[in-house]
Amino acid sequence: MKLFTSRDQQLPVTGSTKKDGTLWSLKERLFLGLSFDGYKQQMLRNPVNWFLFAILVVGLPLLLQRYGFGLGSVTHGSNDYPWGLVLGFGLFAMVPLSASGFLLGTTVCLFGRKDFHPIERLALLNGLLGYFFAVIYLEVDLGMPWRLPYPMVVSFGTGAVLFLVAWHVATYLSVQIAEVLPALFEWLDKPEWTYYIKRVTLGLTVAGIILSTLHQGALGALFTYAPAKIHPLWISTEFQWIHFLCSAIFAGLAMVIVSSTLIIKFLHWRCGKAFRENLDYMTIGLAKGASYAMITYLVIKLVAIAHDRNWEYLLTGWGLYYLLEIGIAVVLPMIMFAKGARDGWVGLIRVGAFITVIGIVWNRLNTSLVCFNWQMYQEIPHWKEVWLTVTLYAFYFITYRFIVYRLPIVFDWKESEK
Amino acid sequence: MPDKITRRSILKGGVAGSIASLLFRPKSSKAHQIKAYQNSMGVLVDLTRCVGCRSCEAACNAEQNMPEPAKPFTDMSVFDEGAHGHKRRTDETTLTVVNKYDVPGLDHPLFRKIQCNHCQEPACLTSCFVAAYTKTPEGAVIYNADVCVGCRTCMIACPFYIPTFKYSSAFDPKIVKCIFCYDTRLKYGQPPACVEACPQEALTFGKRKDLLKIGRRRIVDNKDKYEDHIYGEFEAGGTSWLYLSSVPFEKVGFDMTLPHQPILDSVKNFLGMVPMVLTIWPALFTGFHLLATRKEPHAKDENTTKQEVGE
Repeated sequence: MKLFTSRDQQLPVTGSTKKDGTLWSLKERLFLGLSFDGYKQQMLRNPVNWFLFAILVVGLPLLLQRYGFGLGSVTHGSNDYPWGLVLGFGLFAMVPLSASGFLLGTTVCLFGRKDFHPIERLALLNGLLGYFFAVIYLEVDLGMPWRLPYPMVVSFGTGAVLFLVAWHVATYLSVQIAEVLPALFEWLDKPEWTYYIKRVTLGLTVAGIILSTLHQGALGALFTYAPAKIHPLWISTEFQWIHFLCSAIFAGLAMVIVSSTLIIKFLHWRCGKAFRENLDYMTIGLAKGASYAMITYLVIKLVAIAHDRNWEYLLTGWGLYYLLEIGIAVVLPMIMFAKGARDGWVGLIRVGAFITVIGIVWNRLNTSLVCFNWQMYQEIPHWKEVWLTVTLYAFYFITYRFIVYRLPIVFDWKESEK
Repeated sequence: MPDKITRRSILKGGVAGSIASLLFRPKSSKAHQIKAYQNSMGVLVDLTRCVGCRSCEAACNAEQNMPEPAKPFTDMSVFDEGAHGHKRRTDETTLTVVNKYDVPGLDHPLFRKIQCNHCQEPACLTSCFVAAYTKTPEGAVIYNADVCVGCRTCMIACPFYIPTFKYSSAFDPKIVKCIFCYDTRLKYGQPPACVEACPQEALTFGKRKDLLKIGRRRIVDNKDKYEDHIYGEFEAGGTSWLYLSSVPFEKVGFDMTLPHQPILDSVKNFLGMVPMVLTIWPALFTGFHLLATRKEPHAKDENTTKQEVGE
């Protein structure tokens, strides 16, 4: 979107009407007020698109191969590591990074912190897309993807943790769609449709908290089915669910900081006044919240080691790796957040948020892959599986950007005067 | 004890009880007792009798209509195969595997047959979100491919690494595992094909509770020969397939770190929390909302203030 940076503060399609008072047509809204050729030109000019294109050129055939020839054709098809990178990243890391929706929904709607309002929609969208793509990743990894609704309609394994995850992710996805719909309705010039959603916002928010508590925890609890397979430092049958829940809190907050940083830097033309002017303040607020969650997380991690009497493991190679993870992925960004929040160094917070996001992915991959079967051999994912994972993430990125370009997520929609 | 139960005494008792229950937690090392299906069947595997002839593998392959393997069942070179420096394991074409173990200090190798151990409280069953698994009264853990979604949680949950997935199929994948020959034999009271094929009587088919007695008698009668342990009596809550060995079990590939409780027990911490969150959170967080978001200062209503003071 290089085109727009040259135009000074000339925002494309920020409301229902053009300058002359006529309505933007749907096609114009989709092309951001540009002609088809103009849109194509700006697309081709953006190097990010060429990078995405390179990923998809290899990735799409791999996706076809997976559906045409089975999971075994793109992964190692390991019976020892039934959950590979696609699930380890796509489900176990994407979901905590998408906790942002319920966190900011709670902040703004439940605690009435209107000062975080300008970033609320971004957090909700981040949550919605994260969950949606977690399901997409799941659809690639499931043996029989066409049977996805089975736990809802065909056969019920009510006592299973995954049953809970399935139901809660499905319900929460609906809740998040409802929470993001107002942005779409405004864009479609139908603000009156949001009436019914606004009436139940509090209900949706509380539902979001309940469902998030349970399924973020449940993702951790899934690993308690393998108490003897995962290295004791990464599995604590008593506390696993609360480790996952607590780390999802700072993961979600950090992800909003990362996302808003990218948007303010590369999509500056798209940001509204409220978003631009309050972003530093809000970033500091999010960092404060994240650092509180991180210190809590560190304490529960410590409690788990003490409770399971795992001290001696800390002196082994695995223990050093564990301390490295805790140090780089939690302690370091926690200090950066605290220092940044105290002295108002937004830049430091933003770097810390990037580290946190990568750190959460690292932790989830450690639990699901690296430290899984720790007494066996190490599974190195097949390059095709790695590429598939990246390809799906590219789809996520494209969808995310497509929506932020158009819907009033980081700017306010100026409604047409009637 | 006061003769009248007052609110105070209830509170005192309740608090004391809670503290006591926190401080004096029961020792959890006792094995979980599973009472269901007392008359279920099992197989006792005696490692001292197995000669590694692979007849059981061949019988299983024929009984379950599995594809012919690359090497015939008479080829003993397969014992040296196995990926990633590990012994052979079950896969989508093999429901049972015999592995060879050279134990230091022993002049002959030992052989160990692996297959589904048909747990008393199977982890695969309890982890399945579409209830594809069933533990039959006869003891078999069977699988219904018609409802399976292919999430492979059962493979994560199985402490014995038994269920495998048909990764090679795009349109008809499924979990593949030993079903104790349930459909063709066990249902009719017959032993599974592998037991019938064993020329060494290394495999004994019978009621699980009788097999435990037989196993214990063998241990008692041959004190020098056997380890004083029946693997599967308690492991993961107990299994229908039981093992006797002449050497420490970890030397022949058994996982001795497995909890003696069913795998489900380690998940219960979380499962017990779920109804609490579902019932408490709505009121708690709506309450937070009410507390956090009073917009107007309290209206100066003298009547209300007086009433509140009077309370």
